[in-house]
Amino acid sequence: MDSASMQSMRIQRGAALLAVVLAIAIPWMLHAFQADYYLSLASRIVVYAIAATSLNLVLGYGGMVSLGHAAFFGLGAYATGILLSEGTTSAPVHLLVTVAVTAAAAAAIGAMSLRTRGVYFIMITLAFAQMLFYLANSVKGYGGDEGLNVRARSLLGFGLDLKDGTTFYLLALAVLGAALFALARLVPSRLGRAVLAMRDDEQRAEALGFPTKRMQLLIFVIGGVFCGIAGALNINLQGYVNPNALHWTQSGTLLVMVILGGVGTVWGGVVGATALLLLEEVLSSYTVYWAFWTGWVLLAVVLFARRGLVGLAIDLTRRSKRS
Amino acid sequence: MSGIFVIEQALNGLQFGLMLFLLAAGLTLVFGVMDMINLAHGSLYMVGAFIAAWLVRLTGSFTLGVIGAVLLTALFGMVLETALLRSLYARDHLSQVLATFALILILNDGVSMVFGTDLPLSAPEALSGPVELLPGLLYPSYRLLILGVGLALALALYLLVQKTRVGALVRAGASNRTMSRVMGVNVERLFTLVFGIGAGLCAVAGSLLGPLLAVQVGMGENILILAFVVVVIGGIGSIRGALLGAVLVGAIDTLGRTLLPAVLREFLPPSWASAAGPALASIAVYVFMSAVLVWRPQGLFPARG
Repeated sequence: MDSASMQSMRIQRGAALLAVVLAIAIPWMLHAFQADYYLSLASRIVVYAIAATSLNLVLGYGGMVSLGHAAFFGLGAYATGILLSEGTTSAPVHLLVTVAVTAAAAAAIGAMSLRTRGVYFIMITLAFAQMLFYLANSVKGYGGDEGLNVRARSLLGFGLDLKDGTTFYLLALAVLGAALFALARLVPSRLGRAVLAMRDDEQRAEALGFPTKRMQLLIFVIGGVFCGIAGALNINLQGYVNPNALHWTQSGTLLVMVILGGVGTVWGGVVGATALLLLEEVLSSYTVYWAFWTGWVLLAVVLFARRGLVGLAIDLTRRSKRS
Repeated sequence: MSGIFVIEQALNGLQFGLMLFLLAAGLTLVFGVMDMINLAHGSLYMVGAFIAAWLVRLTGSFTLGVIGAVLLTALFGMVLETALLRSLYARDHLSQVLATFALILILNDGVSMVFGTDLPLSAPEALSGPVELLPGLLYPSYRLLILGVGLALALALYLLVQKTRVGALVRAGASNRTMSRVMGVNVERLFTLVFGIGAGLCAVAGSLLGPLLAVQVGMGENILILAFVVVVIGGIGSIRGALLGAVLVGAIDTLGRTLLPAVLREFLPPSWASAAGPALASIAVYVFMSAVLVWRPQGLFPARG
């Protein structure tokens, strides 16, 4: 490794550490500036950062273009929401059920979808998500098409309640940290190297004797479970979930976040979710047509920043160093 | 459940299927020939419906409104293809998804800026009454018109693709793009034309379905996915497959929506049956598509041999 790339690695490490410290300090900084209102925005960004990171694992590392990832977000939200509305408030139970439900769903959907490839994989994941979307619409007992409202929140024990904004934010941040840590550790691991070899050339990896389908299924399930946890967090944040959480446009939004941030980069999901939600927030304070301008920004990214914002940042730092 | 009711619903299913075919025809060619995922195809359907509603109010004539909408939307589609979509053909599917998703956002809000979030559009006065098809079978005459237009356009498209020189070039492109380019076909120019025709067909479907559904922003999103289902079931790039897939999906969707609640009412409390019926019908469409994808991924009538 030459000194320039060592240096850029050190810069990256430093930037990551700074980001972590700043992220933890956000509730107190907002409080100091009497801007507590923005804590819920920060929490929303963290929740979507988890969801986008989980999709980035599936897409950027597993090489699977899923257009149905929001199904797991919705499933996690409904699993926790139904437990809450039935009077179960224990957070560990919520976590256990959410993980079990989303893992089972992701295993079943993944096993069938992985029989196809390319555009067919895109379409079949979309189909399964749409089935769950219509299923959520039909369960009259839990809100049907109007959605499910819950009053209670998950109780963590030790007197910690997710109704408290700061508690929620820090818990969500911890989940995001765990997801990012796992993703960063995956890359140099044996499984990670095998996964990347498979993403770059599936036939070659298969010929080398890797169980490619089983590895892809494992990645798909892990991604689904993390997205489900993000959904479970989201119902605690919003207090409701409706079938639109599973709609294909939601899956599209998650894909947009990942591509915007940077496919196959550890921070891509975080950067994409933050950028998209902040853009929405800023634009919507000026105009009701914020989606119009967001669309143009996304088009510019497709045409001019082909590797997303993380790729753009890397290119810019390289260029500034050379001159 | 009477036989008359079933015939009526079968006609509704065929009519919806034909409209789906108009959407899927353009989509399957873009998908098959250019290997391009165009999520914004549903937006052209919306644009067509809004232009039609606006022109009908302006001119007072339904026919003029629809024809104007078809021409303007076709033109819009060709401009869009030349200015933007063309540069995406060579990119990977992810970039296409991001770019056309961005187009959905732009066109949804663009349409609300120009026309508002919805526009009224009603069937022409002369076609408001029913027609007696069989003794005891009264069928709305406007739905008959849709059926007729759909059948006529399906036939015209079939003749265009199967019997003309342009159609042969399109089929050659769908079956092997590189080879047809090597043989001297100007695939780019051909494709701008194909895209324009696809956009025009979207406008036909949008303006004819407008009075039955509703002309509103976001109307393209759900029907787009159904059109993709049709394309996949029929086989990507295959017009014949799109027609068959569309009629099948239209039938499953419409018959399921109306007949399933009646069947379910035998077993379930009425309010549950009326909620579960449409959901199950919608689910059935996707179950069908997944089954096709798992057991016959190339579709029922693949374009590539």
